[in-house]
Amino acid sequence: MTARPEGTTRDRPAGARTARAAAPSGASAAAVSATSAAPASAAAHRRASRQRRAVGALWPIVASLVVFVVVWQLVVFVSGFPPYILPGPLSVAQSFVEAWLDGTMWPHVSATLVEVLLGFAMGASVALIAGIALARSRLAERLLSPYLVAAQATPVLALAPLIALWFGTDLLSKLIICTLIVFFPVAVATMVGIRSVDPRLLEMARSFRAGSWQTITRVEVPAALPAILGGMRVGVTLSVIGAIVGEWAGADRGLGVLINIARGSLFDIPLMFAALLQLAIIGVVLYLVMLLIERRLVGER
Amino acid sequence: MDPAREPATMTAPTRAPGAAAGISLRGVSLTFRGARTTHVLDRVDLEVRPREVIALIGPNGCGKSTLLRVLAGLIKADGGTLAIDGQPILGPDPRVGLVFQEPRLLGWRSAESNVRFPMELAGWPKQRQQARADDLLGLVGLREYARARPGTLSGGTRQRVSIARALALEPSLLLLDEPFSALDALTRERFNVELLRLWERTGTTIILVTHSIPEAVFLADRVVVMSPRPARVIADIAVEMPRPRRLVDLDSALVASLAADVRSHLVDTTDDEIAMEEARRAIPAGLTPKDRQARNLPETDPGTPAWFDPFRPEDEP
Repeated sequence: MTARPEGTTRDRPAGARTARAAAPSGASAAAVSATSAAPASAAAHRRASRQRRAVGALWPIVASLVVFVVVWQLVVFVSGFPPYILPGPLSVAQSFVEAWLDGTMWPHVSATLVEVLLGFAMGASVALIAGIALARSRLAERLLSPYLVAAQATPVLALAPLIALWFGTDLLSKLIICTLIVFFPVAVATMVGIRSVDPRLLEMARSFRAGSWQTITRVEVPAALPAILGGMRVGVTLSVIGAIVGEWAGADRGLGVLINIARGSLFDIPLMFAALLQLAIIGVVLYLVMLLIERRLVGER
Repeated sequence: MDPAREPATMTAPTRAPGAAAGISLRGVSLTFRGARTTHVLDRVDLEVRPREVIALIGPNGCGKSTLLRVLAGLIKADGGTLAIDGQPILGPDPRVGLVFQEPRLLGWRSAESNVRFPMELAGWPKQRQQARADDLLGLVGLREYARARPGTLSGGTRQRVSIARALALEPSLLLLDEPFSALDALTRERFNVELLRLWERTGTTIILVTHSIPEAVFLADRVVVMSPRPARVIADIAVEMPRPRRLVDLDSALVASLAADVRSHLVDTTDDEIAMEEARRAIPAGLTPKDRQARNLPETDPGTPAWFDPFRPEDEP
């Protein structure tokens, strides 16, 4: 047998071809190893092309970040603003790292994260149920829509002091504010999504005697899932806003509080920028997580 | 499912012969009342013996599909009686399996999971679902596509999945609403042969709506010709052709004379109209609002759903 050992052909995709060409006497063995190598080489090829694509998608993001930081530094340079008006990127980065290392950042980050995630979960669940009710019942739409639109039209910032007054300055008031702000986009997306479900599918489900709960869970919600997840993607970033607004209305921990402290009693503007940066990172990460969940659930349709 | 490779994996008949149902329709009438009142069915009488294959044929929009939906319990008749084996049909019925013109599969589920859908709704235990779905996919020759999603399957394959789904709960009556009209002519002939083979194995009674006279004659024991709206039965033509039937029988003199007979009863309908109708229905695009009305489906307009408008009139989407 002149064919190469299995391992080499599998590891090196090109090996399969050379093995077949170089081994006329061991043709059958070569053919076997060639077929076994084919999927592996295809997988390797796919992996490589995926990496290439990932790099291709990544470099504009990195480039724009670099440009942003450079322009920032230039503005600081040219304008000559003092650091308490506009700190440079370097001092913000330094402050950011310090705040993490000396333990200033974590308590605030964790408090805000809990508010954002719990508030989003609460708002999205209530909105999902309401969206389904609104989609299925014209009466529910008529009864509820004036309040929903009014709640959306009233700035949460204006409601926050009232909510803090009623529900105190604990977690609860933040969750309520997050729920208020997350509710609208998710409810509307759910409603529109379910209203757009192909009526022929509903007739099909009815012909198999689906009850209304079965129709909701097995046909309507799965069919509307892309729309619902789109609404949630918007909702999760809004939840970050809700948490900060809630913290400003009264709290003792959280990134909103840190921003206030840094601007006020500490007068540490780079720290304030570091807190802002941390907030932006949380928002972006949550958005990306939602995007991944979306891909996972509906990507293969 | 070419005949060459099926027998080894083929499962036993999924239902004992003789379990098929006899159907009896007496004076079934239906009028749609709305902005425009439409008299759809006018005292339809039809007796079907167990295991018979009936083809319903008639001019455009005469109410054949509506009649099928009345039989499936999806639309309630205004008058008359409908019964399967003497038991009235009061709503969607587990004794009836319905195959639509389009496959109507759930796009996020695999072929197998789509076949299991009615069993899930009926609350069957998981293992029984699995076994039954496996049998059914074997029956329609799609075992190797069990994990495939509908989006990756061809139109004909999707329709096979939908036929397997309709057979899931072991119905004694199988209703088919122009099931092959979206297929090309050759595939359609092949599906006709397959349908007869399925019928032999499952032993259900079949009522089929079609726009094709040869298809009706080839498949059916009786071809029932309906009048233009409001639909009545105007002819009931027995097809005395031996079974099993083969595609070559389509070219026989008997089929030609029967087809001529059926055609002579299709009053006010030219060949062109039938051909046009077939062509129109072959387009698998979304339904227009008018189609939806014709099929008595809820009036919705996907894509532009109005929302949060409390002042919208009741009858507007």
